[in-house]
Amino acid sequence: MASIKVFGHATTTSTRRVLLTLHEKNLDYELVNVELKDGEHKKEPFLSRNPFGQVPAFEDGDLKLFESRAITQYIAHRYEDQGTNLLPADSKNIAQYATMSIGMEVEAHQFDPAASKLAWEQLFKHIYGLTTDQAVVAEQEAKLAKVLDVYEARLKEFKYLAGETFTLTDLHHIPVIQYLLGTPTKKLFTERPRVNEWVAEITKRPASQKILQ
Amino acid sequence: MASIKVHGVPMSTATMRVLAALYEKELEFELIPVDMRAGAHKQEPFLSLNPFGQIPALQDGDLTLFESRAITEYIGDEYSEKGEKLMCPGCNKVKALTKVWLNVEGQQFDPIASKIAFERIFKGMFGMTTDPAAVQELEGKLVRVLDIYEARLSKSEFLACDCFTLADLHHLPVIHYLMGTDSKALFESRPKVCEWVKKITARPAWAKVVDLQKQ
Repeated sequence: MASIKVFGHATTTSTRRVLLTLHEKNLDYELVNVELKDGEHKKEPFLSRNPFGQVPAFEDGDLKLFESRAITQYIAHRYEDQGTNLLPADSKNIAQYATMSIGMEVEAHQFDPAASKLAWEQLFKHIYGLTTDQAVVAEQEAKLAKVLDVYEARLKEFKYLAGETFTLTDLHHIPVIQYLLGTPTKKLFTERPRVNEWVAEITKRPASQKILQ
Repeated sequence: MASIKVHGVPMSTATMRVLAALYEKELEFELIPVDMRAGAHKQEPFLSLNPFGQIPALQDGDLTLFESRAITEYIGDEYSEKGEKLMCPGCNKVKALTKVWLNVEGQQFDPIASKIAFERIFKGMFGMTTDPAAVQELEGKLVRVLDIYEARLSKSEFLACDCFTLADLHHLPVIHYLMGTDSKALFESRPKVCEWVKKITARPAWAKVVDLQKQ
């Protein structure tokens, strides 16, 4: 039986962030479904795993974690020698590591807030019978466009966001980008040549394909 | 001359976060003011330091960094042997718990708490008025976070483990501002949270950051 368990829902971007990492590392795991529509994530026993009532929660033996970006970092370090290396090429080089950290902070604080709101407005709201607020879409697309302009300039210098190799920084973006490619927001990615290439690269990875199944 | 330069202003919470880490590590640095009123952070040469146009940026020799929480992590790693230890000592598992609480501050606490600070304090500085309805809604969210902190701090002396780490430090700037407003009641009414706030704000390194504001 797998010592790694993920408590989450395979459709959510945060659960997918963790599943992607596990696939990149070829790690066995068990996905324990948390039924969001029944509010299972807001009740015990899930709250004992994540008191903030959000998926995913994670277990590796007796280590219990939550917050998807903390989980992915744990996996990347703990299983550094397995599967894809998700840390910089020289993981002991503090300056290189700092560059990856900057990228992870940018994803969490600059990219994801706008991108998640766009996915919510244009996709997830429909599941709950709510209507898209086009004013919010316009506002958030303007914010996302500014971030992507910075990414375009960055990707002209480097193949990936943190340097020449694929790292957690790129990985953290994949789940929400996959959703946005199914919305009109896709144009923000396709109209920026380097960003468009980068999106194609990261979404065609076998692990990225696996989480869509 | 200090090899470390911080481009920012003492009033900014993100700049304060970095200054706190530098003082905890007893590192020499030069604080280079950025003229926010003139929009210097949105133009060159600052944009070459941080293309997102936000303070602070840090230079250490020929390394340039931005995003305050990436900078503090760098300071903790690069200068791990100097001053205070800012990470839980131990193996991958212990470090992982620190990452959990670092993410909690960044994803759960800060989005709400910094909006309250903006409403109650910074809006006034820019000639705008506080929206009491917004404050009430935000405080309703913050109390749910602080209830979780209360439970956590009943089991652990600091957020990540029994020692002070960056997970605690990252909260200092916004807590400092909120404790000067009516929102302080939310912290003071929870015994463990109250004790934790007193401990972290009493640290000598933090007092130096607050002093810089007075200059």
